[in-house]
Amino acid sequence: MESCNCIEPQWPADELLMKYQYISDFFIALAYFSIPLELIYFVKKSAVFPYRWVLVQFGAFIVLCGATHLINLWTFTMHSRTVAIVMTTAKVLTAVVSCATALMLVHIIPDLLSVKTRELFLKNKAAELDREMGLIRTQEETGRHVRMLTHEIRSTLDRHTILKTTLVELGRTLALEECALWMPTRTGLELQLSYTLRQQNPVGYTVPIHLPVINQVFSSNRAVKISPNCPVARIRPLAGKYIPGEVVAVRVPLLHLSNFQINDWPELSTKRYALMVLMLPSDSARQWHVHELELVEVVADQVAVALSHAAILEESMRARDLLIEQNVALDLARREAETAIRARNDFLAVMNHEMRTPMHAIIALSSLLQETELTPEQRLMVETILKSSNLLATLINDVLDLSRLEDGSLQLDIGTFNLHSVFKEVLNLIKPVASVKKLSVTLNLAQDLPVYAVGDEKRLMQTMLNVVGNAVKFSKEGSISIIAFVAKSESLRDSRAPDFFPMPSDNHFYLRVQVKDSGSGINPQEIPKLFTKFSQSQSSATRNSGGSGLGLAICKRFVNLMEGHIWLESDGLAKGCTATFIVKLGIPERSNESKLPFTPKVPANHGQTNFSGLKVLVMDDNGVSRMVTKGLLEHLGCDVSTVSSSEECLHVVSHEHQVVFLDVCMPGIDGFELAVTIREKFAKRHEKPLIVALTGNTDKVTKENCMRVGINGVIQKPISVDKMRSILSELLEHRVLYEAL
Amino acid sequence: MDVVVQLQRQLADHTASLFHEGFLNEQFNQLQQLQDESNPDFVVEVVSLFFEDSERLLNELAKALEQQAVDYKKVDAHVHQLKGSSSSIGAQRVQGVCIPFRNFCEEQNNEGCLKCLQQVKHEYSLVKNKLETLFKLEQQLIAAGGSFPTL
Repeated sequence: MESCNCIEPQWPADELLMKYQYISDFFIALAYFSIPLELIYFVKKSAVFPYRWVLVQFGAFIVLCGATHLINLWTFTMHSRTVAIVMTTAKVLTAVVSCATALMLVHIIPDLLSVKTRELFLKNKAAELDREMGLIRTQEETGRHVRMLTHEIRSTLDRHTILKTTLVELGRTLALEECALWMPTRTGLELQLSYTLRQQNPVGYTVPIHLPVINQVFSSNRAVKISPNCPVARIRPLAGKYIPGEVVAVRVPLLHLSNFQINDWPELSTKRYALMVLMLPSDSARQWHVHELELVEVVADQVAVALSHAAILEESMRARDLLIEQNVALDLARREAETAIRARNDFLAVMNHEMRTPMHAIIALSSLLQETELTPEQRLMVETILKSSNLLATLINDVLDLSRLEDGSLQLDIGTFNLHSVFKEVLNLIKPVASVKKLSVTLNLAQDLPVYAVGDEKRLMQTMLNVVGNAVKFSKEGSISIIAFVAKSESLRDSRAPDFFPMPSDNHFYLRVQVKDSGSGINPQEIPKLFTKFSQSQSSATRNSGGSGLGLAICKRFVNLMEGHIWLESDGLAKGCTATFIVKLGIPERSNESKLPFTPKVPANHGQTNFSGLKVLVMDDNGVSRMVTKGLLEHLGCDVSTVSSSEECLHVVSHEHQVVFLDVCMPGIDGFELAVTIREKFAKRHEKPLIVALTGNTDKVTKENCMRVGINGVIQKPISVDKMRSILSELLEHRVLYEAL
Repeated sequence: MDVVVQLQRQLADHTASLFHEGFLNEQFNQLQQLQDESNPDFVVEVVSLFFEDSERLLNELAKALEQQAVDYKKVDAHVHQLKGSSSSIGAQRVQGVCIPFRNFCEEQNNEGCLKCLQQVKHEYSLVKNKLETLFKLEQQLIAAGGSFPTL
């Protein structure tokens, strides 16, 4: 304020000067008034202005200054004392405010200035953050690329795909010009170019593995910058003025399954590496950044792991395929074996039947022929026919038995039988043959040998016959002795039967039979072979004796089934032979002795042959069977009545009928119930008829059912005349009949 | 006498062939054994009864298997009867077909049953022919004055 507003007497001023002053003051006042307005206007517009109080002050200051200048306008001319007072007040106020403002400004201006610095600072910071953000983003990109790469690599287990994918993805992520993979050759002395990014079919460049640059790369697990001129980097033909981009190489460990020990992570135990070479685009002035190198290292590791996984998988797939193949082959073999067994069984069953039928015809017809009128030559011929066909029949039976024995399908027919009579019968059968050869046969049964035993009588007799028959067969002269006794535990354990651990108990005893002959003996070396099928000893004497060589094999199987043991001893050729066998037999209970079953082996010649007047009732729903059975019985002289249903049967049956024949396999009619009813009908014991069941079934269940309901006998259809004859005679004699089915 | 001898030989051949080809089995022999003075026509009677019975059974079987809803129990019962009769006179092949027939009945296999029925009919007609020939030869022999041995 250059004009001081003191009250002065007026002097005659220059009119012009005054005019100018007047105008300037006016304009100043205007400006002074408008500035705060502008300030207010703009500050109101802006939301952020922290110094409102300052504004107010400033505004007041300016307004007052303006007012002063305005009032000054009136002081150019004569003015009254009021104007002077107003002027003075204005000036005073202005002085106050301006001093206050000046004071305030001392505080404010540094603040305002520092705002600027802060702004600059923030701007710098923002720029820096932007930069860092850019970096982070790049890194995150890279990380994403790595993850994606890894995912790609690990999503396939195919080695080729893994490597190709690696190169492609790396090329894309890092914008590479070329990317190549060198794999070690089998010899391990060279690296061969196996995969490249740009070239489709890498021609087999090889590079020796012991180059210094390669060693340098292999010795570190970091990515190493290498010269673009080294052989591994010179993949693409250099074309003229290229400044090749920077090249980086990294090792890729090739891990093997054997490298993975639980406690021993594969550090540097693996020596095989592949080499991955990456080239930046030429002429791009790009440089390898740290994060890119890190990416490359990470990828290399992942590739290594992926490759090893692929290798492991390949192995296991191969193993699994092999197993599957083997399984299939085994399955096929098993099925073939089963088919073969089934075929064989079928064949045997059919052959059995087919062979037996004509055999039957031959044997039956020739035996009947024997009973007709024949000349002596004819009789001789017929006898020969009979003998041969019997032999053939035995052979067929043997073969069938043996195959059933081998299947394990043979089961012993256990029953109570007379042990002494078995021996006697064997003796009787063998005596004629032996006497022809002038051999004497002696039988010695121990005192404590039980008379009755439980076991398979037929097979025991077969075994005995075989053994004794062999003794007779192989002896040209001398004697044969058969000794049988109960084996005690000390004698049971025999050094010649080391695997045999017999354990006698209360219900069983061990029968030991020794057959000693003074015949041609056996070479001790051949003894083990004796029990094998179809083998015969070599000496010519035996070859003429016939026989299939199956006998001893079958005997051994039978003896084994009877939980026993059989063996032969000989002192040598022409020094005789002793055959011994031990079998386990059961001891029958005392009370069972009265219920001895009928042995059909005993020829029925001594039974009744004429049952004239025997009243018999036959029940069968099949007309033809009924007629045949009736014919049979009438042929034997019985007085036969027939019925075809159970009601009729119950109606007709009376105490006069001594035997009732029931067909128990009629569908719809329970023969067993009928039997029970019949028995109940007759209270007194001597009135009860004997009930015999006729059945086509041969199973044990039927037999057991019959025994359960108290049926006196079971016969299998069809029945021959002789069989019926013997059945009736045994039935009437013993009142019980259970044919061995 | 020549005629008799020839007829005897023919009869013997025919009988042997019956056995050899499996049409008959030993049971037939048994039947022949039962024929004696008190029962001179036993075999013919039994066989005729068999023919009647079988024809009836075969008709029943054909009818039963033609039904929409086949009653397999009934079919099985008939086959059982047929099996029994044929085994009683020794008609082996007929008996042989009855066994799978029964199996098919158990499985309720219509096709199998029909097939077996055909087979049974076939076998039955074969054995019937053969037996009728046999009887004819026997009659011729008797008429010619000879006698045939009861085997």
